[in-house]
Amino acid sequence: MKKIKWSKTTGKNTMTYGLVILAYVVLQLFGAAGLMSSSLKGMLIPICAYVAMAISLNLTVGVLGELSLGHAGFMSVGAFCGTSTAILLQNAVPSAPLRLAISLVMGALFAAVVGFLIGIPVLRLRGDYLAIVTLAFGEIIKSIFNNLYLGVDSHGLHVSLLSDRTNLAEGGSLIIGGPMGIGGIQKIATFTAGFVLIMVTLVVVFNLVNSRAGRAIMAIRDNRIAAESIGLNITKYKMMAFVTSAALAGAAGALFAMNYSTVVANKFDFNTSILVLVFVVLGGQGNMLGSIIAAAALTILPEALREYADYRMLVYAIILILVMLATNNPTLKSWLDRLKSGRRKAKEAI
Amino acid sequence: MFPKLVPVPSKNMIPERDIDKPLVLECINLGITFGGLQAVENLDLAMGQTEITGLIGPNGAGKTTVFNLLTKVYQPTTGTILLNGKDIQGMDTAHVNREGIARTFQNIRLFSDLTVEENVKVGMDAQMHYNMLSSLLRLPGYWKEEKAAHERALELLSIFNMADLAGVKAGSLPYGAQRRLEIIRALATNPRLLLLDEPAAGMNPSETAELMENIRKIRDTFQIAILLIEHDMNLVMNICEGICVLNFGRVIAKGTPSEIQANPAVIEAYLGKKKEA
Repeated sequence: MKKIKWSKTTGKNTMTYGLVILAYVVLQLFGAAGLMSSSLKGMLIPICAYVAMAISLNLTVGVLGELSLGHAGFMSVGAFCGTSTAILLQNAVPSAPLRLAISLVMGALFAAVVGFLIGIPVLRLRGDYLAIVTLAFGEIIKSIFNNLYLGVDSHGLHVSLLSDRTNLAEGGSLIIGGPMGIGGIQKIATFTAGFVLIMVTLVVVFNLVNSRAGRAIMAIRDNRIAAESIGLNITKYKMMAFVTSAALAGAAGALFAMNYSTVVANKFDFNTSILVLVFVVLGGQGNMLGSIIAAAALTILPEALREYADYRMLVYAIILILVMLATNNPTLKSWLDRLKSGRRKAKEAI
Repeated sequence: MFPKLVPVPSKNMIPERDIDKPLVLECINLGITFGGLQAVENLDLAMGQTEITGLIGPNGAGKTTVFNLLTKVYQPTTGTILLNGKDIQGMDTAHVNREGIARTFQNIRLFSDLTVEENVKVGMDAQMHYNMLSSLLRLPGYWKEEKAAHERALELLSIFNMADLAGVKAGSLPYGAQRRLEIIRALATNPRLLLLDEPAAGMNPSETAELMENIRKIRDTFQIAILLIEHDMNLVMNICEGICVLNFGRVIAKGTPSEIQANPAVIEAYLGKKKEA
């Protein structure tokens, strides 16, 4: 029995890794063969970033079981800190992939710190209250970056809030320009980097979930009182999940930003948080493969429907509703379950 | 704050118990009020290290409240709890568990989306030491401890012959198996005192008989004290060495099963009189 259980979780994880690798290889081959439309090519990196976002949010929503409405805030922190790092290191680190890697790590680190600070008050709350407060923090982060000025000159870094008082010396340059965001970014993000990011995200999430910490996090989700009664440190484990989730979102944000020449804070607003949440809910809470597919499909869908521009949002909404119905309909679900168990029985018979 | 304690051996004690050794649990003048309601009052209770004690009384007498006080789900308004001679004042539920009290719940509280084995392993968390880095990178420490935890979990499950259910989701177990799993999960935390809240509720006579054997077996194998709330008098009178009877939050009697059965106050409040022919 034990063996079956192992192969079940490990099997699903292996399948997820396998499908991501397969998708990468196929897309690379298509690209090499010139079979890919330019619009799809341009979307590959945002898709990777959104997939990583969806997986990271699924850690908070599906595994930790807390609804977070401010996930774009962490993406924003990662985007700004990551691109700033990339710009600052432009001369110091000539190799673009290495610079990108350092930027993603910096984005993740800063997002983790912000996640920790936000987690202190937020994780004391539960349910709706937690959701509302994360929403507020997402907006606060957006406002901060809208009013943040960061410049560099021969004296070092200069920071000011609300207005540009960085007073840069001759030869200095403004990196973050308040509502103008960061301009003149070198587009060093590549599809391969996006693929690596997704794989790293998956490894982190799967390995965390299949460890003592993951068990504890899911135990707290399932029954907090019982989790306390067996001696689990609730705050520690909740924080662990929340900070990991924030860090991964930060890395995704950095990758996302470095695919564009400019990045502004308003890109990472409440709508982005909700968009990522839609990926998670659609793909199934706790189901990483589902998140990946939902994120990819829903990023492509609006573009694919561009021909029917007038009906685009209508069709998008209808598809969303239909999928929600299909995944939550009890009749359909029991039918699918019966199908599954039937297949399992057939296998056992063999 | 609370008065300094003078060790008071034997005053609260029930005879015929292993009282020569240091006590595992000692409650002195324990009480709690909710608003104006005195839910538990002046509870004195002492338990030896390998003793099985029953806590009985009519519904609403405050039995589960006593459990909640012992595990610090509620903070007592008066009195002191000593666990292995150590005052557990100011500790929270998780800390109390790490100090040695584990419990089950009257209304089952399992981690229903986790498998049976995971439910047991999660109870061993405090005894596992590998950190987040070793789990992310799958360092040798991870494999070593996970393997040990897996073996220990199967060993614990085999007490109740549940090892073959290890991969099943806890939520899909039958009722009796869920109750048993809760006990195993509590044992996985390596307690010195196990609190069982109505372990036989909803069980048929043969299951109850099996449970009785298992409770004794647990005490003998793990050498721990067990305090249990139970309405099945057959079970209580059979396996408990000491019994404490609560009514309206007060202790109305303490003693051995035979003393309790003969106590007029207990018969009046709880056991009821035998019908006169």
